[in-house]
Amino acid sequence: MRVMAQMAMVMNLDKCIGCHTCSVTCKQAWTNRPGVEYVWFNNVETRPGQGYPRTYQDQREWQGGWVRTRTGRLKLRSGGRIKRMLSIFANPKLPKIQDYYEPWTYEYEHLLTAPAGEHTPVAQPTSLITGEPTKISWSANWDDSLAGGNELIASDPILARVSGQVKQEFETAFMFFLPRICEHCLNPSCAAACPSGAIYKRAEDGIVLVDQDNCRGWRMCITGCPYKKIYFNHRTGKAEKCTFCFPRVEIGMPTVCSETCVGRLRYIGLMLYDADAVGRAAAVKDETDLYEAQRSVFLDPRDPEVIRAAQAAGIPDDWIEAAQRSPVWDLIMKYEVALPLHPEYRTMPMVWYIPPLSPVVDVLRDTGHDGEDVDNLFGAIDALRIPVEYLAELFTAGDPAPVHAVLRKLAAMRSYQRRINLGETPDESIATAAGMTGPQIEDMYRLLAIAKYEDRYVIPAAHAETAAGLEELATGCSLDYEGGPGMGGPFGEASGRIAPVAVESFHVLAERQRADQHAEVTDPDAPPRRVNLLNWDGRGRPAGLFPPRQEEQPPGEQR
Amino acid sequence: MNTWDILLWVVVPYVSIAVLVLGTIYRRRYDKFGWTTRSSQLYESDILRWGSPMFHVGILLVLIGHVGGLLVPKSWTQAVGISDHAYHVVAVGMGSAAGFLLLVGMAILILRRRLVGPVFSATTRNDKAMYLILAVVILLGLWTTVRVNAVGPGYDYRETVSVWFRSLFRLDPQVELMAGVPLGLQLHIVTAFVLIAVWPFTRLIHAFSMPIGYFTRPYVVYRSRDPQPARTRTSAWGDRP
Ligand code: HEM
Ligand code: SF4
Ligand code: SF4
Repeated sequence: MRVMAQMAMVMNLDKCIGCHTCSVTCKQAWTNRPGVEYVWFNNVETRPGQGYPRTYQDQREWQGGWVRTRTGRLKLRSGGRIKRMLSIFANPKLPKIQDYYEPWTYEYEHLLTAPAGEHTPVAQPTSLITGEPTKISWSANWDDSLAGGNELIASDPILARVSGQVKQEFETAFMFFLPRICEHCLNPSCAAACPSGAIYKRAEDGIVLVDQDNCRGWRMCITGCPYKKIYFNHRTGKAEKCTFCFPRVEIGMPTVCSETCVGRLRYIGLMLYDADAVGRAAAVKDETDLYEAQRSVFLDPRDPEVIRAAQAAGIPDDWIEAAQRSPVWDLIMKYEVALPLHPEYRTMPMVWYIPPLSPVVDVLRDTGHDGEDVDNLFGAIDALRIPVEYLAELFTAGDPAPVHAVLRKLAAMRSYQRRINLGETPDESIATAAGMTGPQIEDMYRLLAIAKYEDRYVIPAAHAETAAGLEELATGCSLDYEGGPGMGGPFGEASGRIAPVAVESFHVLAERQRADQHAEVTDPDAPPRRVNLLNWDGRGRPAGLFPPRQEEQPPGEQR
Repeated sequence: MNTWDILLWVVVPYVSIAVLVLGTIYRRRYDKFGWTTRSSQLYESDILRWGSPMFHVGILLVLIGHVGGLLVPKSWTQAVGISDHAYHVVAVGMGSAAGFLLLVGMAILILRRRLVGPVFSATTRNDKAMYLILAVVILLGLWTTVRVNAVGPGYDYRETVSVWFRSLFRLDPQVELMAGVPLGLQLHIVTAFVLIAVWPFTRLIHAFSMPIGYFTRPYVVYRSRDPQPARTRTSAWGDRP
């Protein structure tokens, strides 16, 4: 047993309203730079729909992830090492920019400079790739909320796998949103595909990062990742990916997408797992066994033997304690309501999802039934094959049983809690029908519905003593590459020495998050520094964000 | 032996090799971030699919040929029983095939660079200069080979150029051997040293990170949080748009 710790996330899809706040804040923090205009480390796609990049889930086409060979070993789907090295000069399976979308801007200039005339001037879209005027015809969420209708939905690779149901039904039958980030897999095929070995999994917390200094732009990782969550920066010629906001997580703060999620549906916590068991679990024969296989590599952080082994592996005590309180553990292992996204890719993804019950509830409500009645709900889950089959293709390699079980638990929670809300006596039989107990349901309800900040995020701070280079140095390493957020010098944005993002300012921010007062951090004697929106929470006036006030007025007299 | 000979066959080679070594060390130390193929495949794939493999296979074969021709003394191949004629036939055969691949591949790549809008707008001045020098070297090389071997009686560079080349590394340059070398070949050699000198400052530096380690390393790399201080991430070379 080799115990390792993994920072993991669970998203409760029932609560996602598809507002894209997570995508926008993530973009502001990480990818609002030239070269990554088309990149969304966090994207929210509508299901059914084509996804981003379009049809990325069709691995026969895109060749991402792993396959099991006849001898029971794992091999990258795009081929063995030799084959892949032979195709390095032109990667045969690289998505084109159009498969993501061609980024554009508008000629805002024209609005101001257009001569006075009869018609209101318009800002034409121009492509950020060619610089030419362009016609916008696709984007990261072009088919948002089923826009484009059946014509676009028909190309959903998941829908193609769902058994012979009538296609038209889907549009009216159901729809939900799927927010996606990098899965920070236990068995990352992106890393395996990198010729230079520049993609690594951090030993302490399992976050998968691209070493910007060692990436040589071979762009093989983009094919390797089945979730297409590695992106090519076409200006710097380097691969980039979701960082799990490690500068924030290292000081115990949730990722930007989680922090800003309107639905408060993201949970972050630690999972301990047996690194020695990963390879075997990822190579089980039946794809439908992969969900259970992955669960089997997780180690119970309360088991004394696991604790001993974790200590022996150098995992600090407060991390073990955090693993014991991990909401991710509760959702995956205790309540068993979270499922992995596409376990059949065999990368052992670590961002899991609670499948949405809402399609079922919506159907009940639309047909005039009581969507909170347990019998109605159970009956509908059994009868409505479409959502269950579709969800199973997403989360359990097509096996409907686990999806069924989860939906029954969510349905039971709904009915059970309604009785309590209405002041009726709790009905234990509802809980029993879903294989739970009343108190368990109430605990789950607290975690899923009340979802307090402290319950959603149990993130132990990183240990400086385990990594000499934490603080400035560690963040200096991945934030401050040219064109990265953190550059600036005498010859414009991309020149001069780095201005490291001080972890110190994250500490200030963390304190501010927890404080009652909006304390201002301004030190008139401090040297000017750049403010990274990554560590600004909208409160106070961090030094350097705004120009100094003209004249300082006493509070109360302002304006 | 006049000043020109010394300049061309002693100074230029040594300066060029020194610049290559120092430049590579410098970039390794201060500009790892700029060290990349700067792939343009995201913009355009269908033409690259042909041009890039042809060009690369061609150039790698040609490089192997150069290593064989320049570094292996004639006496060695004779000693293992390869007749000069057999050597010549193989060298010219392989060389022509590789040269053809290289030429066509390069033509495709250069035309693609010029004609495909997004690729052209991502092409820097550095790229253009690099392609110019590269093309001159390759064309001169091919031209001398074809002219000398196909039209003329054949020129045995292994008696002159190769011996001179090896003498460079013994720090005892035999400049006199270069006197009778055909002009085309001389030009090829001099421009090649110019290419070698600019090599570390162009995108060609990617060739030095040929990822052979990939065959032996484990699939998944684990690393502890970076204990090394960050160095500056700016690239001093204008090889990025
Ligand atoms: C040693 C092994 C080599 C490997 C693995 C390699 C790989 C690559 C790759 C992946 C690209 C990017 C293609 C793209 O997606 O746009 C590239 C481009 C290029 N390589 Fe290499 N290369 C190697 C050696 C060389 C050598 C020896 C040269 C010598 C001249 C060279 C010249 C070029 C040029 C000129 C380009 C730019 C092509 C363009 O116009 O886009 N490469 N190489
Ligand atoms: S999801 Fe993330 S960790 Fe997994 S293969 Fe893709 S980029 Fe790598
Ligand atoms: S912010 Fe939250 S609710 Fe909004 S789209 Fe993102 S995950 Fe969904």
